[in-house]
Amino acid sequence: MARLVVLGGGVAGHTTATFAAKWLGSQHEVVVVTPNSKWNWIPSNIWVGVGEMTKEDVTFDLAPVYAKAGITYHQAKAVSINPEGKDDSDKPFVTIEYTSADKAGQTETIEYDYLVNATGPKLNFDATPGLGDGNGQMGEHTVSVCTADHAVHASHKFKEAIEKMKKGERQKFLIGTGHGMCTCQGAAFEYIFNIEHELNKAGVRDMADMKWISNESFLGDFGMGGLHMKVGGYVVSSKLFAESLFAERGVDWLIGAHTSKVEEGKVHYELLDGSTGEEEFDFAMLIPPFAGVGLKAYNKAGEDITDTVFAPNGFMKVDADYTPKPYEEWKASDWPRTYQNPTYKNMFAAGIAFAPPHIISKPMKSPNGTPINPTPPRTGMPSGIIGKAVAHSVCDLITKGENAHLHEASMAEMGAACVASAGKGIFDGQAAAMTVYPVVPDFDKYPGTGRDTDYTFGEIGLAGHWIKHILHYLFIYKAKLNPGWTLIPE
Amino acid sequence: MDQKLVEEEINFQKSDKFNLTMIPGKFARAMRTCVIWQFIRFIVINIKMIIVVGKSH
Repeated sequence: MARLVVLGGGVAGHTTATFAAKWLGSQHEVVVVTPNSKWNWIPSNIWVGVGEMTKEDVTFDLAPVYAKAGITYHQAKAVSINPEGKDDSDKPFVTIEYTSADKAGQTETIEYDYLVNATGPKLNFDATPGLGDGNGQMGEHTVSVCTADHAVHASHKFKEAIEKMKKGERQKFLIGTGHGMCTCQGAAFEYIFNIEHELNKAGVRDMADMKWISNESFLGDFGMGGLHMKVGGYVVSSKLFAESLFAERGVDWLIGAHTSKVEEGKVHYELLDGSTGEEEFDFAMLIPPFAGVGLKAYNKAGEDITDTVFAPNGFMKVDADYTPKPYEEWKASDWPRTYQNPTYKNMFAAGIAFAPPHIISKPMKSPNGTPINPTPPRTGMPSGIIGKAVAHSVCDLITKGENAHLHEASMAEMGAACVASAGKGIFDGQAAAMTVYPVVPDFDKYPGTGRDTDYTFGEIGLAGHWIKHILHYLFIYKAKLNPGWTLIPE
Repeated sequence: MDQKLVEEEINFQKSDKFNLTMIPGKFARAMRTCVIWQFIRFIVINIKMIIVVGKSH
């Protein structure tokens, strides 16, 4: 019997674990280690953040689902990996620390034959002074929609702001990224337009000043260097569409901005031209930068080999080309295909947990040397597809032997469908429905835009909202492993 | 002098940034929430997405 240990129970980890359990059956063991007791459909957190959904609508308990799937579940966080075992055994193991109420703080080791690191990110609030509380958690000046609990808190603050406006007190909303190296601009983009939509519904839009602050060098970059779409016989940049939406909704923007410090009611920033400034706010939702969760790695002698297994940002090294090179020399082939760790072949990383070879957007620095550019998105559909490919590879390695062919899922060869909400409502909601193909542009294959414009498109409307709303129920249905779950694509 | 107030053009005057982009007119905005048209777009977008999803697995 072989044992697969999956670290993390988000989109990538849950996909890996559930498919591996299905394909391996009861002859082998699948173990999931995740600090959370609930699964969260994160894309709907923005609706929790404006009070249109509850925490219960976007989460469910993991334990009964894993029991149904025959998966061993530990509510714990991984602390370290010993891929060579220790003095008295060659068997690799992970050390975990329980987070469940009954065992909180207790540590345990779990041996493994194969390990998939799908921990997702650490929300690195403390990277920006004032954005965090100094202890790794969100600070008191801003809100977030990164977790369901954060979104619930954000919705309370949002309701308070609406009440103030109803009493005649003008409010300034500042939404965007809380650091120069953030990703996930899409979530902030959705949140600012859902707020705008809700303010209109509440009849207080004229009492609100709204501003977007982002590390993108142009609106519509989204960490992917933007995208080009065929519209009305033209091929046009996402910049034009993003700017159009902001202008239509009366939302001002500040781009190329590194949020350097947050205080009560005020953000300090540095721009790409090196200038600095301040922006005041009454309500701010700033996405934190992501980092690896801080896993350590040790060799058989107990020596720290974290630098061998993980990149400096804490994400796990995989089969990518990490050779530093200038932007002009970046290739689609730099991106990983199998997500296997190059040093320890029985370790893989999936989703946000793998270290990308470089960013996707053009790298930018202020004259002061401050990097201000979005980091690559690895969430949603790519996370699920990578998780499934990794599960396939591990299952083949277990059942066919260590020379089995590894399955591939390069982000430079896969597309992604993305639906960005711009307001919730069955008849008055809107969302931008987009596809990109491939996610990572391939300028050798598509010299103009880097992508196939036959399969890269986007449009905004009620249809997009219907799709996003249906996907909410569809993916929660799938994640609960209800009948036919394998038929629903990632 | 009489002023011709066109709703969709109001935001152009709010800032230079707004003035240099495109803002949808009344018809384009109405079509975004027209249930019949959006049902057709729903079918079209789903087909497009299924093709991209199919190419990615």
